[in-house]
Amino acid sequence: MLIVLLILVPLIGGLLAMLLPAKMAYPLAIITSVTSLIIAAVSYIQYTQGAELIIDRTWIEILGARFHAGLEAGDGLAVLMMMLTAIVFPFIFISLSNKQPEKANTFYSLMLFAQAGLMGVFLAKDALLFYVFWEVALIPVYFLSSMYGGPRRIPVTFKFFVYTFAGSLIMLVAILLIYRHAPIRSFSWDSFVSIGRAMPASEQTWLFWMMFIAFAIKMPVFPFHTWQPDAYEQSATPVTIVLSAIMVKMGLFAVVRWLLPVIPLGSAQWMNVVIMLSVISVVYASCMAIVQTNIKRMIAYSSIAHIGLMCAAIFSHQILGMQGAAIQMFNHGITIAGLWIMVSIIENRFGTQDMREMGGVAKVAPLFTIGLVVISLANIALPLTNGFIGEFMMFNGLFKTVSPYHTLFTVFAGLGIILAAVYTLSMIQKVAYGPEGVKTASFTDLTMNELVVMIFFVLMILVLGFYPKLLMDLIYVQP
Amino acid sequence: MNAIIVSALLGVVMMFAGIVLKKTVQIQGVAILGILALLGTTIVDLNLVGAETNTFYHMIELNAVTAWFNVLITFCSLAYFTLFSKDIAAVGKNDSDYFALLFFVMCGVYLLSTYSNMLILFLGIEILSIPQYILAGSDKENIKSNEASLKYFLMGAFSTGILLMGITLIYGATGSFDIFSESFIAQFQSSGGLNTMSFAGVLLLIIAIGFKVSAAPMHFWTPDVYDGTPTAFTPFMATIAKVSVFVAFIRLFHLSFGNVSNDWQTAIAAMIVLTLLIGNLTAVYQQSVKRMMAYSSIAQAGFMLFAIFSLNNLAWRGLILYSVAYTLASLGVFAVLIKMKDYTYEGFNGLAKKEPILAATATICLLSLAGIPLTGGFFAKYYVLSATVEQGKWIGLVIFAVLMAAISAYYYFRLIRSMYFAEGEAELSYKPTSLEKTFMLVNALLLILLGVLPGIL
Repeated sequence: MLIVLLILVPLIGGLLAMLLPAKMAYPLAIITSVTSLIIAAVSYIQYTQGAELIIDRTWIEILGARFHAGLEAGDGLAVLMMMLTAIVFPFIFISLSNKQPEKANTFYSLMLFAQAGLMGVFLAKDALLFYVFWEVALIPVYFLSSMYGGPRRIPVTFKFFVYTFAGSLIMLVAILLIYRHAPIRSFSWDSFVSIGRAMPASEQTWLFWMMFIAFAIKMPVFPFHTWQPDAYEQSATPVTIVLSAIMVKMGLFAVVRWLLPVIPLGSAQWMNVVIMLSVISVVYASCMAIVQTNIKRMIAYSSIAHIGLMCAAIFSHQILGMQGAAIQMFNHGITIAGLWIMVSIIENRFGTQDMREMGGVAKVAPLFTIGLVVISLANIALPLTNGFIGEFMMFNGLFKTVSPYHTLFTVFAGLGIILAAVYTLSMIQKVAYGPEGVKTASFTDLTMNELVVMIFFVLMILVLGFYPKLLMDLIYVQP
Repeated sequence: MNAIIVSALLGVVMMFAGIVLKKTVQIQGVAILGILALLGTTIVDLNLVGAETNTFYHMIELNAVTAWFNVLITFCSLAYFTLFSKDIAAVGKNDSDYFALLFFVMCGVYLLSTYSNMLILFLGIEILSIPQYILAGSDKENIKSNEASLKYFLMGAFSTGILLMGITLIYGATGSFDIFSESFIAQFQSSGGLNTMSFAGVLLLIIAIGFKVSAAPMHFWTPDVYDGTPTAFTPFMATIAKVSVFVAFIRLFHLSFGNVSNDWQTAIAAMIVLTLLIGNLTAVYQQSVKRMMAYSSIAQAGFMLFAIFSLNNLAWRGLILYSVAYTLASLGVFAVLIKMKDYTYEGFNGLAKKEPILAATATICLLSLAGIPLTGGFFAKYYVLSATVEQGKWIGLVIFAVLMAAISAYYYFRLIRSMYFAEGEAELSYKPTSLEKTFMLVNALLLILLGVLPGIL
């Protein structure tokens, strides 16, 4: 029941927001997202107490597709992602309270639809259901980024859409090809895993690349990343948060749930290539981030670098690395959402995204600067922030991987940490310190709602940095 | 079975209705009542499935699938009549005649879905086509409409000739017109392979039927005819008339030629590749939405050919789902298109601001045509492609089709872009009433219902 509610509540909220008058939309969005946060919290508590939350009903009889979704033992990553989705949305909405978007009911209903789709992706246990939610999460985001954002948003979003849609169609073919081998028509995860175990390696190669390309586009990993900086820069910041904090995790999540167990031989065979691409992502994106003058593009590239490291750690096939990636997927979502909210504050007050026109904010807005610095330090993965533990585990896993190139991989990926410090600290310097920009004098400090959001994110960062056991317990498996 | 008679009678009634009734609203009312009666008849016909007495000397055979198809296609016609009746009446002065012709087409539809004799196949295709030639030219003062009619008639007559030639050759080889007779089935057994005469016959039938469903390379008439035909009739020709020919196609090729599939599957595969390639690539370059929809109907035919290609139960289910999803979606797009003054993409700019309901319904229909999940179009595509994968050969064809579906997203989303994101003043030729908007919304909601629970069909 809780599982159905997790998907249904945002869906109904979205429908209501669309039908009711525009001024009702905002309170409705807050109520809906907080309700789903409460439901998610209850599910989380039940899960940690050992309960299995499952819904399993016949959906399309002739195809053998079932409405099978839920959280069973061993689904710690799904729980994390579900919680991340449930946490991020209400705080996006709260941060919007003093600057409502135009056509508010369209905006909030699409946001809530996206939430429903994302929840479905993380909970689905049936491949067809997973595919449906995968697309359903995309469509509202397509409309959101096309309607709100910068002047080039329409072509940029179209590129993003065509890229990901083509990728997911290829994934659909892969699903079809695996499904063909099922002894009785079934899309269930269990059936896919048992088919994958029996499949010869030669066939797995094709299926591996078909699925990996779809997921790699979503993450994105070099060389499939070209849509991402443009899309992040041009979308309105609330949409960018959804994209970068949650949607890109869909790709990583799908690798863990639908690629590694279903295509084991293919994943093992192509491990080195994928890790190499991921490490290229880390180094390339970090270098790109350093030279950016646009703050949103800089954070976009920093996001590619972080995702690259997570992808490499997942493909290390080491338990420690994968657990690190799981923790980091959650923590990166929290950090990047906080960072984007800070950026949107900067963008609103300065009226520009160009870092060369900023500076000296620390004097006029001390509270804001504290928040920015703490969140940025989490982005560098400083110890005692939430980013550290996951990154440490990921490097550990990457170093221990059976690949002959493991040292090389680790060294180059390690460059990413140093470079992250370079671009993040120089961003802080350009925004908060240094000579004052033209509009710095009029930069007001955080308003009440912004303060609430900032305190929440800073607390999350510090608490999870001091006490990561909260996350570790969820994904810990007996080695 | 009764539907064949009732639809023909309704055609006659409509012709007289034009003499008795003077107001066009009354004529439209009679037509909608007529199609409701027809829907009732097809539902009653569901009870006749399997009754021996209804085979009319082995001319007609009603099985469970085709009886159900009749109900669904009549329901789609009801949707067409409710969405377009005002536009149909507005085409010219002879409004009752247009409805009469549409009912005659319906008679052809029922013949095609239930025939068990090649003569009835021929009759059905002719009864389906001849009223369409007239409908294409019904806007008498418009030169494009005249051109469409003449072109359609000439090309149609040609394909009729080829169809007859095919039937003749097969009759020569089997000595029977009855597609379920023993001599007929014996000729099409897998063992010996086909002899030249029956092979030529089968190929000619593929060409003739391929012409009617506008499969490449027999598609050349389609864009001009669909474009020139008054917009009120194009959706009917592109959907209901077309999918019923597909049912005739699958009936003959699965039930009678199924055992010799090795001989004809290559031809169908080539047609699929060409149809998808030409339909999708050409649709990308269109500037007029009406022409884009014409090419899109070619492209969608390519997907429906997958149902003919794959010999299994899923293919039948897939074709029926595809028929309904494609018909409702196309009707929904045309229902918006017909209200526009300017049929180019620019003409749609800013429609979402002016008429949000029109834009929203058109968007849902376009999403369905593109095959996005949670719309009927996704499962329609999924069923037919899945049927081919289940068959186990020609997997490359499925991958090709999926790539083509990605291309189709480009031109469908281009229209969504125009409606929602482009600045402009979309001009309507007339303002839709709230009743019309309700019908359009219901149509769009049906597509979503099919996308959530495709099992109901």
